[in-house]
Amino acid sequence: MTQLEGRPPAADVIHDIGYRHYDGPRLGRGYARKSLYVQSLRSAYGLGRSAKSKVLPMILLAVMCGPAAIMVAVAIGTKATKLPIEYTQYVIIMQAVIGLYLAAQAPQSVSLDLRFKTTPLYFSRPIEAVDYVASKFAALTTALFILTGTPLLVMYIGALLAKFDVSDQSAGFAKAMLAALLLSMLFSGIGLVIAALTPRRGFGVAAVIAVFTLSYGAVTSVQGVASINGNADVIGWLGLFSPITLIDGAQTWWLGATSSFPEGAGPKDAVVGTVYLLVLLAVIAGSFGLLMRRYRKAVLS
Amino acid sequence: MTVIATESLTKRYPRVTALDRLTVDIAPGVTGLVGANGAGKSTLIKILLGLAPATEGRAAVLGMDVATEGAAIRAHVGYMPEHDCLPPDVSATEFVVHMARISGLPPSAARERTADTLRHVGLYEERYRPMGGYSTGMKQRVKLAQALVHDPRLVLLDEPTNGLDPVGRDDMLELIRRVHTEFGISVLVTSHLLGELERTSDHIVVIDGGSLLRSSSTSDFTQATASLTVEVTEHEDELVEKLTAAGLNAHADGRLIMVDIDGDETYDAVRDAVAELGTGLVRMEQHRHRIAEIFRGGDEHDAA
Repeated sequence: MTQLEGRPPAADVIHDIGYRHYDGPRLGRGYARKSLYVQSLRSAYGLGRSAKSKVLPMILLAVMCGPAAIMVAVAIGTKATKLPIEYTQYVIIMQAVIGLYLAAQAPQSVSLDLRFKTTPLYFSRPIEAVDYVASKFAALTTALFILTGTPLLVMYIGALLAKFDVSDQSAGFAKAMLAALLLSMLFSGIGLVIAALTPRRGFGVAAVIAVFTLSYGAVTSVQGVASINGNADVIGWLGLFSPITLIDGAQTWWLGATSSFPEGAGPKDAVVGTVYLLVLLAVIAGSFGLLMRRYRKAVLS
Repeated sequence: MTVIATESLTKRYPRVTALDRLTVDIAPGVTGLVGANGAGKSTLIKILLGLAPATEGRAAVLGMDVATEGAAIRAHVGYMPEHDCLPPDVSATEFVVHMARISGLPPSAARERTADTLRHVGLYEERYRPMGGYSTGMKQRVKLAQALVHDPRLVLLDEPTNGLDPVGRDDMLELIRRVHTEFGISVLVTSHLLGELERTSDHIVVIDGGSLLRSSSTSDFTQATASLTVEVTEHEDELVEKLTAAGLNAHADGRLIMVDIDGDETYDAVRDAVAELGTGLVRMEQHRHRIAEIFRGGDEHDAA
């Protein structure tokens, strides 16, 4: 059946070369997964898409790095002995920018595939639901890690140029990078679960922003009330209920970061600290599980 | 040798039976799968790709079992969905290269075959522009290209002429014909119009309500069902008499006269008869077959 039947080509079509069969290698699912990962990561920064799609992610990346660059310049210029803020505090301070990036790119990553029905096309290839979910999850995590890690790298390089204490700076930088990685996984998990619910990008953007700002707003205001009542233990527990405070609490206990909670009240003891870590990991694993459930159904639709 | 074989394939959903003990063997070549909307065409394609499990029965594609070798089938089969599936802010080249890689082609091969395939489906300079600005015809070509880019041994085309104007429809059907004759790839193409598949397919399978109505070669079909519709200003009855006298099977259907086509002479006979009667010929056209006619003719042509 692969043999070609002789037949003159239609007059209106120019055939300089006839159809050629492909005898080369067909790389398997692992390669397909990697390809989807690379493509999703590139498009998270608008690469391979229209110029318009590049604007927002690039601006947000610049905004993330701006304050870090200024701090470094000031630190070098004024002959300070350390950077004005800790590495671990940086992502907490810049959380609005990270949230905005996530709100824009999580729906871009999955809602558009649903809206333009590209998802069924992927599943007509050798890949399975788990490959799709893993690629998208890893790609958005990497994109967020680039967003959060780059300014930290700017700070670190600046600190080395300013000849601050190397071991001190390296330890702080490494811890902050670990926290940034956990944050990237947590945020992309939650963002993707929300975005995968709707083929409408606008709804996805609004829902991600709502979940992140409302939960943060609720947690900080209740923490504020607790602070007025002088209830530091409660402040520590409350941090569990919004993504960014979850990261804050976890890095305060496990990485010795300075807490941004009211009165600097992080988790009060090892029990609370452990709960933070467990909740953090459970949410990451849980979002992966929810995405799997969502796309197993999508394969059949 | 068969490319697709199903054996009392059944798919039941909670409220509806989409496929009902469908047994059919499909040989290499172009096969038209005809059925009304909801006849089970898309369900069959999903099962053949190994994406939905059958409730009962078995099916094999290229000799591979759909229940256990889905991934291997999907590596060697191309699929063009009925619905739109193209992201608007990506160029055709970028998109087809990406789909080639998802099918397992290494980067350089993916690029090379994308350029080749887009040229074969007739997409040239516009392939570098975002697909949001494409016409329906161009979009259908890209959808076909992504189904062919990994050089499959079989392509499943779900309603490829949907939404196309008559010229675009003919171009697409010609292209589908070439997929087999020039590229050597077997084709299963679905449509709800029998007429358009007659010209493209070697073999036609008609399903209705999820079960097989008829499976036969295209020539059997056209001989059995081709007819001419004639409309004249007056003397309809005399014309029917004259045509019957000339050995043709003609009958009046309201103001229209239906004549079974028995070769090119039929047209001449009609023309001569009309001229002899001196009546005005309003129109004479080859009848477009619809599924309904298969139902009417269903009893004479026993389903396999």
